Amino acid sequence: MKKEYLQIDKVVGPLIQISDVDDVFYGEVVDIVEISTGNIKKGKVIKIEEKNVIIQVFQNTAGLSAGSSIIKFTGESFNLPMSLDLQGRIFNGIGEPIDNGSDIFSLVEANINGRPINPMSREYPRNFIQTGISSIDTLATLIRGQKLPIFSGNGLPHNELAAQIVRQARLGDNVNEEFGVVFAAIGVKHDDEKFFRKSFDEANVMDRVVMFVNYADDPIAERITTPRCALTAAEYLAFEKHMHILVVMTDITSYCEALREISSAREEVPSRKGYPGYMYSDLASLYERAGMLKDQVGSITFLPILTMPNDDITHPIPDLTGYITEGQIVLGRDLFQRSIYPPVAILPSLSRLMKDGIGEGFTRGDHAEVANQLFASYSKVQEVRDLSQIIGEEDLSPTDKKYMAFGRAFEAEFLNQGFDEGRNIIESLDLGWQLLSLLPLTELDRLSPENIDKYFPKKA
Amino acid sequence: MAVNEENKVKGIISAINGPVIKGKNMTSFKMREMVTVGEQRLIGEVIVLEGDIGTIQVYEETEGLKTGEEITPTGRPLSLKLGPGMLKNMFDGIQRPLEKIQELSPIFIPEGIGLLSIDDKKMWTATLSVKPGDLLLAGSCFGTVQETQVIQNRLLVPPNLSGTVVSVMPDGEYTIEDVLVTIRDAKNELHELKMAHEWPVRTPRPNAYRRETLVPLITGQRVIDIFFPIAKGGTAAIPGGFGTGKTMTQHQLAKWSDADIIVYIGCGERGNEMTEVIEDFPKLIDPRSGKSIMERTVLIANTSNMPVAAREASIYTGITIAEYYRDMGYAVAMMADSTSRWAEALREISGRLEEMPAEEGYPAYLPSRIAEFYERAGSIETLGGDDGSITIIGAVSPAGGDFSEPVTENTKRFVNVFLALDKSLAYARHYPAINWLESYSGYLKILSDWYEDNVAADCISLRNKMLELMYEENKLQEMVMLVGEDVLPDDQRWVLEIAKIIKVGYLQQNAYNKDDTYVPLEKQYAMLKAIEYLFERGREGLKLGIPTSQLKNVDIFSQFIKMKYTIPNDDLSGIDKLKDEIDQYYEVLFKKYEN
Ligand SMILES: Nc1ncnc2c1ncn2[C@@H]1O[C@H](COP(=O)(O)OP(=O)(O)O)[C@@H](O)[C@H]1O
Ligand SMILES: [Mg+2]
Repeated sequence: MKKEYLQIDKVVGPLIQISDVDDVFYGEVVDIVEISTGNIKKGKVIKIEEKNVIIQVFQNTAGLSAGSSIIKFTGESFNLPMSLDLQGRIFNGIGEPIDNGSDIFSLVEANINGRPINPMSREYPRNFIQTGISSIDTLATLIRGQKLPIFSGNGLPHNELAAQIVRQARLGDNVNEEFGVVFAAIGVKHDDEKFFRKSFDEANVMDRVVMFVNYADDPIAERITTPRCALTAAEYLAFEKHMHILVVMTDITSYCEALREISSAREEVPSRKGYPGYMYSDLASLYERAGMLKDQVGSITFLPILTMPNDDITHPIPDLTGYITEGQIVLGRDLFQRSIYPPVAILPSLSRLMKDGIGEGFTRGDHAEVANQLFASYSKVQEVRDLSQIIGEEDLSPTDKKYMAFGRAFEAEFLNQGFDEGRNIIESLDLGWQLLSLLPLTELDRLSPENIDKYFPKKA
Repeated sequence: MAVNEENKVKGIISAINGPVIKGKNMTSFKMREMVTVGEQRLIGEVIVLEGDIGTIQVYEETEGLKTGEEITPTGRPLSLKLGPGMLKNMFDGIQRPLEKIQELSPIFIPEGIGLLSIDDKKMWTATLSVKPGDLLLAGSCFGTVQETQVIQNRLLVPPNLSGTVVSVMPDGEYTIEDVLVTIRDAKNELHELKMAHEWPVRTPRPNAYRRETLVPLITGQRVIDIFFPIAKGGTAAIPGGFGTGKTMTQHQLAKWSDADIIVYIGCGERGNEMTEVIEDFPKLIDPRSGKSIMERTVLIANTSNMPVAAREASIYTGITIAEYYRDMGYAVAMMADSTSRWAEALREISGRLEEMPAEEGYPAYLPSRIAEFYERAGSIETLGGDDGSITIIGAVSPAGGDFSEPVTENTKRFVNVFLALDKSLAYARHYPAINWLESYSGYLKILSDWYEDNVAADCISLRNKMLELMYEENKLQEMVMLVGEDVLPDDQRWVLEIAKIIKVGYLQQNAYNKDDTYVPLEKQYAMLKAIEYLFERGREGLKLGIPTSQLKNVDIFSQFIKMKYTIPNDDLSGIDKLKDEIDQYYEVLFKKYEN
């Protein structure tokens, strides 16, 4: 029989400390029952020192005090029941239904922390996912099983972009391969959650979506478990039920802030900007759950969204993320202010996995060269723009003037596209050639003569 | 051993804080002793002892541990089993084979799987080369095993043993645990020699003496071999923000450098990157051996989601394995991607120990740990009298891409080659994004004789001249950004034109192109020489008053940009043809202006 405790020694933010405790294990889940109301809060043991135990509480700790609650150790780790019935359902950040539906019953339970995938068991992801968005498909190609975050800023249309990807992306190659979406909202506004719900409805995928929602006004400790519950569901669907799962998660910034708050409540030595030194490993324990397994159908493609504080890509949140994920799609404020949608800043954007998923047999033989040339030429556009700021556009050399024209056209026609507009990869590549032909051939040093022969638009 | 364990005094877990736990009743434990923790027998190492309280870092997930459970000593420090069977395999941070773990648990890595190491069932064909009465000193070779198609494992007397051979087994098939030779030492004690022996990871293996490094590690990468060469036995760091190309560069070095043995440590990085190595390396053919490059490669993987304490250990596991092969007389190159994750693991453990932090939360002993690590590189004479070397190439992942942070700064103090990766080059897709202005090699002087004797007498002076040209270009670019290119005089514009060829046609090297991914030194030199030729012929034209626009023949320039793809690595005649074309074009042009 597990003991129950009445005495709470200390409450600091989301943490409570109790003493004189025996026989608990690290990571054990506790129920905190409020005596007057019978309400149950959940918590987890995060430190044991002799007979003193620190418990992180997932709900609000306001009102907790000595004698007000009974603390029951459950003898369990943080497990969630797993079943196909998760689909079409909405849960809070600790996996309890909030859609008035019934509880999930299943004999299969999974620890929400997961365990590292053995690199020997992984399959290197190589399958191109067409999102229908020219900038992404051509220049930062999404690959099935990839973790590719969107680095955004406050007020930028990252939600729209993610919704458009959910609507347009085709995850499986065969009709008989099932796909699904797992959506985790961490510290988001009610409006944002509604927006996603509506867009899932419009995309007709609602019955294939599992949602875990922690609102901005929900307890911050629950933000730590929200992504873990979501990824546990994703792992179950992808690796046990062999589905292709797209995980959309927003906002990683709220997650990291929760991590910082708890760390400071624990009085840990902070590293950069007050974030804990283990934030890299902690984020990795989320991001690395994406991927594919050898010799079996099923995948987790992971699109986390984060808002960069002050649009600063060197801030610890985007920085540590970029070190773990397989590239990043960066949104640019200046493009947004010039009404370009989606405002993908292509130069800092990168897909590390595109190299094996593009070209002959995947997209088209010229893809790598076109992408390279667009990057090189557009990066030259930035230099020419800087120069024109100083000497004026009229005084630019004839070639530089062509770069200015190319830059404008590239942004207006290639980057810019409708929220409901899907372009296939062939259209996107052809459009790329069209735009490159605004530049003199001598400037196009990343293109091979063979591809120029084949694809360069012939002047009428 | 099991009997022993029962008798030993056990500790009792008293505190648990992530990967760091404390135990009571530990007076009889030793500092740095390997222990097993709790009912699951998780593997750990004693890192602090104070009175009867011990602190242990645990190499596996600690969820589920309880206070009151036992801590069992093993009587030895954290050690590796060194023997044949490491090449072609991938291990976790404490040398447990990931393939074996996969057999036990097909997808995820569980905790509590115990101490596994190299395969002790596999039969190897051993040839013994000693006879009774022979005197064997520490590090002497007593036999050989063909470990892979290209690597012969030389069975050495462990560094701490010597004696006279008493008995020898006949040549034949044995496991790593079979006794092959028995020796009697000076104290008249008998010792058994097997294929494998144990060695503590934190103790450098001894050697006879260190010597100067006089030979470059040839990598087939132009910007490294010609501009910033790494000596065999030397040290190099590759710092760069995310996405600048650290891993690609490390992979390129692991694939193509002319070391005998590669030890590649994925330290706190992506799982897929290790999977990529496992999938790709077996298919790549080493230009020197004609066999798969996997035949000479050992992989260590502690990916970013694996336990953090094992990340700290993985670096030592890697370097100890490197020393083991070095001691057989091999040139070993070790890549660690990324040393910053190791430093962060130190920081995390230090934080849990509540040590006083120094800069940015890192412990005060960070610099000395980095120094000790890089000091295990070097070119040495082995105890057995052979030449061996370890080259260490460490990636550094500075927070925010800012090189002034503690790990980059302290690494810079202890390495001789600094290959600075540059975000703006990477953004423009100039790969490898090695910034030629910020990078340096401290080996240029000692290696210059080698380059003069083996490549060309003017190889180093050519390199210096071209690098100066790139420095000049940098200054000119600053001016261009103020006034535009048109204002510059023709000789300066010519420098800009040639610099562009060097950047796009030479420094950029495409790892995904089958010819460009690895380029023999001969071609590296010939390409640069040809660029110099074009530069000088053009300067003759400048003296005649010919404008840059005329000197820049579009066709010739485009051939220069593409010569890395169009001129085959094994047939450089195209470069002479290119020079002929330059001559023909300029002769006609010069005539026009001379008249
Ligand atoms: N030599 C190269 N040739 C071609 N592409 C490269 C090269 N170096 C880097 N890249 C590109 O840069 C991307 C990021 O490189 P990577 O080594 O993963 O960066 P890091 O380890 O510094 O984060 C790669 O996915 C690849 O697209
Ligand atoms: Mg990397």
